[in-house]
Amino acid sequence: MASPFKREKPGPLEYMRQWPLRLIVGSTLVFLYLPLITLMVFSFNDSRRNIVWQGFTFKYYEKALTNDSLIQAFVNSLTIAFFCTIISVILGALAAVMLWRFRFPGKTAVEGSMALPIVVPEICMGVAMLVFFARVFPWPTGLPWPLNLGAITIAHISFAFPFVATVVRARLSSFNRELEEAAKDLGASEWRTFWDVLVPHMKPGLIAGALLAFTLSLDDFVITFFTAGPDTVTFPVKVYSMLRFAVTPEVNAASTILIVVTVVLTAVGLHLQNQNNSKESKA
Amino acid sequence: MEQSWKQAKAAFAAIAVPPVAWLVLFFLVPLAVIWAYTFGENVGPTTIDFTGTFANYARALEPLYLDIFGKSLIIAGLTTLLCLIVGFPVALAIAFAGPKLKSWLLLAIMLPFWTNLLIRTFALIAVLREQGYVNFALEWLWNNASGFMTLIGLQPLGDYEPLTLLYNNTAVVVGLVYVHLPFMVLPLYSALDRMDRSLMEASLDLGAGHMRTIWSVVVPLAAPGIASGILITFIPALGAYLTPDLLGGTDSQMIANVIERQFKRANDWPFGAALSFLLMYLTFIAIAAQAFIQRKAERRG
Repeated sequence: MASPFKREKPGPLEYMRQWPLRLIVGSTLVFLYLPLITLMVFSFNDSRRNIVWQGFTFKYYEKALTNDSLIQAFVNSLTIAFFCTIISVILGALAAVMLWRFRFPGKTAVEGSMALPIVVPEICMGVAMLVFFARVFPWPTGLPWPLNLGAITIAHISFAFPFVATVVRARLSSFNRELEEAAKDLGASEWRTFWDVLVPHMKPGLIAGALLAFTLSLDDFVITFFTAGPDTVTFPVKVYSMLRFAVTPEVNAASTILIVVTVVLTAVGLHLQNQNNSKESKA
Repeated sequence: MEQSWKQAKAAFAAIAVPPVAWLVLFFLVPLAVIWAYTFGENVGPTTIDFTGTFANYARALEPLYLDIFGKSLIIAGLTTLLCLIVGFPVALAIAFAGPKLKSWLLLAIMLPFWTNLLIRTFALIAVLREQGYVNFALEWLWNNASGFMTLIGLQPLGDYEPLTLLYNNTAVVVGLVYVHLPFMVLPLYSALDRMDRSLMEASLDLGAGHMRTIWSVVVPLAAPGIASGILITFIPALGAYLTPDLLGGTDSQMIANVIERQFKRANDWPFGAALSFLLMYLTFIAIAAQAFIQRKAERRG
């Protein structure tokens, strides 16, 4: 063992201990985080020009939290994300099981179409949804909340569930098919086998997929922009219209709230996944 | 072994019908409708005749729109290149970091990806605008330098002119790099992490320098990862709407902005539909090219 006072010379492949790479990684992280951190810090700044630090204040949070249309937009976003997550996880899990378990004619075509929502540019999907809900399948207007959010929720599910399917399918590839056969040999029905053998195995994939669907839905601007009506504004669409009008500290405050919500949810999701993984490695 | 669907028809139907029906009804049908619109003509404010005309595609190939397609390809290409130049050393450093540091760094790269795209773009505006933090820092430096000049008896530098960092093409590229960097780093990382390190050690032992080793050993081995990183950065950058809209000037319109205008303001849906299908075809060409290169590399390998 080397003495703790004398630093070892970095090994040839320890790139992280060489200064040029440290510099690049460091400046990349600064580039990624500086804008976000200044945005969060200056949401507490007591100045409208929000450039020079004038003192600590919560007043923009008060303003944001008493802005009814902003709150409505936030609640709409969370509601859409909630329903989108539940339905996407169900559809995504079924799609993954279908592609993993069965051989059937036209499988390649189905697989290819499932990948389409992932690769098609958002703007193309957005205009397709706009035309679809305007001409082919008009979503009734004037429905009570939350039914009026149906069109946006449907559009979100369409692009989110293929992502869930991909994640769950990757998880299923590590499943031992003999377990399923054993359950059936021992007299379990299709449904019981699915629910008691397959679903527990898929669980980490389902959690990861749910997290992905939730953030994708909460994050989406372009597709929502084309499907939202005047009374179905989501948080990103509302922030967009506020930004067009003026860059105010109120937007900083609202953004900070959303960043904190996403970071907390991600942390919870990752924690759940880790718990599951460590349980598995112990078993 | 996969099961044939005939062996369990009821189970297959129960599992396959919901996702397939959803995909057809709420994804493929909307796309098919848009595709039909590309052959339509506006005959009234809201009525569209499906005449089977190719006029929309012909109009999309006029120099004005070809320029915008060309510009979008250049901006997306430049974004991808910059992401690769920055992302490769970052991915290399992460792949060779200790296990604990590695997971923290990965999380640090992923986290901005989980925050809202609009908020990230807005944060960038606050940093880059004329009264933003970058200009603020430069002004402070300028004034200090100016004071220093007076102190040593030279003419002061005069008033600080804020740099225009927003509403031009550079701002669009910077914004796109900012947003898409994680897309590049993650596939590069997973390729570099799986690589056989003894090959690098051999190269270094035999006297090749670090740059030489990276160029002749690491890059060829990580080629599939580099190719997929390029692809998943290029595709969203090509179809980007929000970044050019918020950070760009009047001459930084990309295809997506033109498409949006046809649907929301110009109200020329058939033409907008034709443009969005051309964008989609470009995307598919990029995917096909990547698959082709990958297959060729595998055959060689």
